[in-house]
Amino acid sequence: MLPEYDVIVVGGGHAGAEAAAAAANLESSVLLISMDLGRIAQMSCNPAMGGIAKGQIVREIDALGGYSGIVSDKSAIQFRMLNRSKGPAMWSPRTQNDRVLFSLEWRKILESIQNIDFWQDTATSLIVKDGKATGVKTGLGVEIKSKSVILTSGTFLNGKIHIGDKNFGGGRVGESAVYGLTENLKEYGFSSGRMKTGTPPRVDGRSLDYSKMIEQQGDKKPGKFSYLPGNEITKQRSCFITYTNSTVHDLLKEGFDKSPMFNGSIQSVGPRYCPSIEDKINRFAERDRHQLFVEPEGWDTVEIYVNGFSTSLPEDVQFKAMKQIKGFENVRVFRPGYAIEYDYFPPLQLKNTLETKPIEDLYFAGQINGTTGYEEAACQGLVAGINASLKIKEEAPFVLSRDEAYIGVLIDDLITKGTEEPYRMFTSRAEYRILLRQDNADIRLTEMSNKIGLASDERLKRVELKLKGKDVGVKYLSKNSAEPDRFNTLLENKNSSALKQKSRLNTLLARPQLDIRDIAEIEKPFVEELEFVRDLKDEVLDQIEITVKYQGYIEKEKSLADRLTKLDHIKIDSDIDYHKFSSLSMEARLKLTEAKPTNLGQASRISGVSPSDLSVLLVYLTK
Amino acid sequence: MNKNETIVALATPQGIGAIGVIRLSGPESIAIVSLVFSKNLTQEASHTAHFGRIKNGDRIVDEVLVTLFKDGKSYTGEEVVEISCHGSHYILQDVIRLLTEKGAVLAKPGEFTLRAFLNGKLDLSQAEAVADLIASNSEAAHKVAMHQMRGGFSDQIKKLRADLIHFASLVELELDFSEEDVEFANRDDLKDLIFKIHKVISALVESFKSGNVIKNGVPVVIAGKPNAGKSTLLNALLNEEKALVTEIEGTTRDAIEDESVIGGIVFRFIDTAGIRETEDVVESLGVKKTLEKMKEAAIVCYLFDAARIDLKELDLIIASLKEDVQKSSSELLVVANKSDLLEKDKRAIIEEKYEPIFLSAKEKRNLEILENRLLELVNLGKVGEQDVIVTNSRHHQALTGANEALMRAYEGLDSGLTGDLLAADIRQSLFHLGEITGEVTTEDLLDNIFSKFCIGK
Repeated sequence: MLPEYDVIVVGGGHAGAEAAAAAANLESSVLLISMDLGRIAQMSCNPAMGGIAKGQIVREIDALGGYSGIVSDKSAIQFRMLNRSKGPAMWSPRTQNDRVLFSLEWRKILESIQNIDFWQDTATSLIVKDGKATGVKTGLGVEIKSKSVILTSGTFLNGKIHIGDKNFGGGRVGESAVYGLTENLKEYGFSSGRMKTGTPPRVDGRSLDYSKMIEQQGDKKPGKFSYLPGNEITKQRSCFITYTNSTVHDLLKEGFDKSPMFNGSIQSVGPRYCPSIEDKINRFAERDRHQLFVEPEGWDTVEIYVNGFSTSLPEDVQFKAMKQIKGFENVRVFRPGYAIEYDYFPPLQLKNTLETKPIEDLYFAGQINGTTGYEEAACQGLVAGINASLKIKEEAPFVLSRDEAYIGVLIDDLITKGTEEPYRMFTSRAEYRILLRQDNADIRLTEMSNKIGLASDERLKRVELKLKGKDVGVKYLSKNSAEPDRFNTLLENKNSSALKQKSRLNTLLARPQLDIRDIAEIEKPFVEELEFVRDLKDEVLDQIEITVKYQGYIEKEKSLADRLTKLDHIKIDSDIDYHKFSSLSMEARLKLTEAKPTNLGQASRISGVSPSDLSVLLVYLTK
Repeated sequence: MNKNETIVALATPQGIGAIGVIRLSGPESIAIVSLVFSKNLTQEASHTAHFGRIKNGDRIVDEVLVTLFKDGKSYTGEEVVEISCHGSHYILQDVIRLLTEKGAVLAKPGEFTLRAFLNGKLDLSQAEAVADLIASNSEAAHKVAMHQMRGGFSDQIKKLRADLIHFASLVELELDFSEEDVEFANRDDLKDLIFKIHKVISALVESFKSGNVIKNGVPVVIAGKPNAGKSTLLNALLNEEKALVTEIEGTTRDAIEDESVIGGIVFRFIDTAGIRETEDVVESLGVKKTLEKMKEAAIVCYLFDAARIDLKELDLIIASLKEDVQKSSSELLVVANKSDLLEKDKRAIIEEKYEPIFLSAKEKRNLEILENRLLELVNLGKVGEQDVIVTNSRHHQALTGANEALMRAYEGLDSGLTGDLLAADIRQSLFHLGEITGEVTTEDLLDNIFSKFCIGK
């Protein structure tokens, strides 16, 4: 009934949507299977994209030609550049989004791609032939053939929802879980684990007293995620901040004996950095208040997301406690918070293309790999989609390294270290934070993606122009000087010591008190020279400033990174028998056998593999 | 391993003879040596030898013979320079330190062989031997290294590093969780901490530069009656360790000194042979005359012949020595030589009275007990210069790197350096300190964050 496809994508969340789009844009015929095609790229939890480290990932997805950035821009109700004061490596774009619009924009994009077909159903088992995935069987009893399969099951595999002492099967509240697929995969030698996550209550904005809260507005000059022109953010809605208090905590504690977290009915691990409110009260008993963000769910809705109040306590306990929060005295609730447990497959079972080791042509992306977050899921979907397509075309795999992208850090962490709690990206996970900035994701990645046929020529041209503008600007600053009479007023205003004689402009810019726009204000010929990049003026100015101010640190990290990548270029055969190497420590032998690294760089990042083990490996590998 | 780096190490075993060979391998070998050699070698042909002087500024470090091997024509297959120096431990260390200051990097254990292998200069069976060597070396090296940092300084570094990790976590915390309601790193406290660590590290770095231990070794006076077996013991110690470095005939000194490296520590043995005998019983043993030497000795080794023992005399001598070492605040080791010839009942008496080390210098029996005892005294900080801690070039390099990064962070705190760069400097410093105490990973930082702070909206 259905034709054979190149790629079947199972699941229509953030990972599935990016996977389908990327594979289709690389000329694969794609079938997207989702149990509810009306909920494509649903924001199941927080109605926001980006933030610290995650915002960098969205920029990277955009630079590679994915759509999460564009969709976020189109559906944004607020934009903020976080960490403005903390240096360019920390600048992190974040949008608050209209949940419904976000999903709608994604569906429009997918529908606009010719190579994507849709099928509303549930995949219940995999068709495997000679160790290769060749299609799926569905709940409706349909068998669909394909050259490869990408599984993006989110929280649906054996999903179980907890509210207080009640629990029931479900992939999200109001949606059925998927049964049988985990068991099916385990028959092929996969091991699976269990994870837990949670979501806060949604409340009625009309019942809140915002005058008792602190308003948090969007940026005065909002930026956006996509490097492409258009979709500027012009109007914004505010969020609000309020706090819990000891009365709230006491009321919540009354429900602890019925909490699935504390009475033993949830055994699996939740994310440490996104704990439930009961977990926060329990672990940090000395704190008498916790911060809450009151976030609107969209333009045309009164529904509010209570960020920071994730809970699986009984619903009556949730309601009673919430009424004691400042501004929440008369709160009416749309739906209570809940916790959900679901199956994941420890990601040590993956290659760096996100293809699985036990079954060829099968790819995993998103929460199935133990990650959390839309951004983390979306970028994995993108990488899986690209690689599924490239493999069909018999082209070289697309792998990003740790010094090229947060996406590279994420996948490398997953496949070499695995994860036992939901994995979220932090900038501190990146060794080369100074290199992996949101302002240069296009410079880092667009050319690479353009080469494989994904990022458009338009994108590449913009990158080239931006680089040219940067070069011209940096050169200008190194050749031209600032004279005391023209610049000392500025310096005085900025509390920077006055010039006694002429000084090169780049030396001047290196002063922490000055920025590039101060200099551009005075140095008119500089602005004129950059006239040819006026469409990208702000981006180019930022690049010039960062290049001049942070040169030393950038060079240092680059040379460190160069050392590292040398190890990445030494390949390890998949059939290597580590137990034969008597010089390796026993721990290294076990860890390497489990993780099966494909190159020495990966091996070096496996805990338990010491530098001397690496030297030993190096000797064997280069023989 | 980075093959663009030029590596340097001592190629001959520690102090095996009158000559020590330092080898460099890598693209900058000739250029780096030219920086400290009395003539420019960059235009010289391969396989040529050049006589000249190694200079540190105006100071002549040694007269040496330099042999050049151009790219592809050497043991490692890379550009190689071999410098034949005089075999003093101090000179060799000094030359190596000078070369590392000029850009060479200390070779890791087996790295020359490894490079040779990678450049196709060795066959597989040789390479497998290298692999075994690396595995055993690196473990031993770490233990030795930690052992060398005596006087509680390694513990201090560990503790300061733990404090720095805590602060690094705070800095990372305010970067990754700035949106959340968490406490941030107090800049003044951070500055205080950095300054504290900087002071400790600077002292350590200085101790390496001016360290008397590394220059002169731990002075050990071997005293005893003629024929007690002093020379035999000395030779046994030196042979045992294959560690004779140099034999300097002292023109202004009465004694002959010999250096020996035991467990990575240089000991300078002062032989008191050849001192005139007098009527006085004690002085006849050369002990009184040796007092002068003993003042500068850290350890006095009193050796007696167990086969020809006079308990009364021994009592007198040891009592006198005990007084002397107390005055010069050195340590006394009593050694019973030829102990295999000792009668059982006498042995029991001596053992109870003086707790001596029983050995046989001639048979080389129980020498290791003496060596361990010497090392123990050094490692417990009982002897030697109290402020000299770092005797290991690799430590010196790591500490210098750590200090540089710390200073950047310190200055950065004053000039308003942004958090991302501050974190980069602190990370770098932690990385270097970690080279001494063990590894740090970003996981450590995250674990610290999650265990101490309430994170999460």
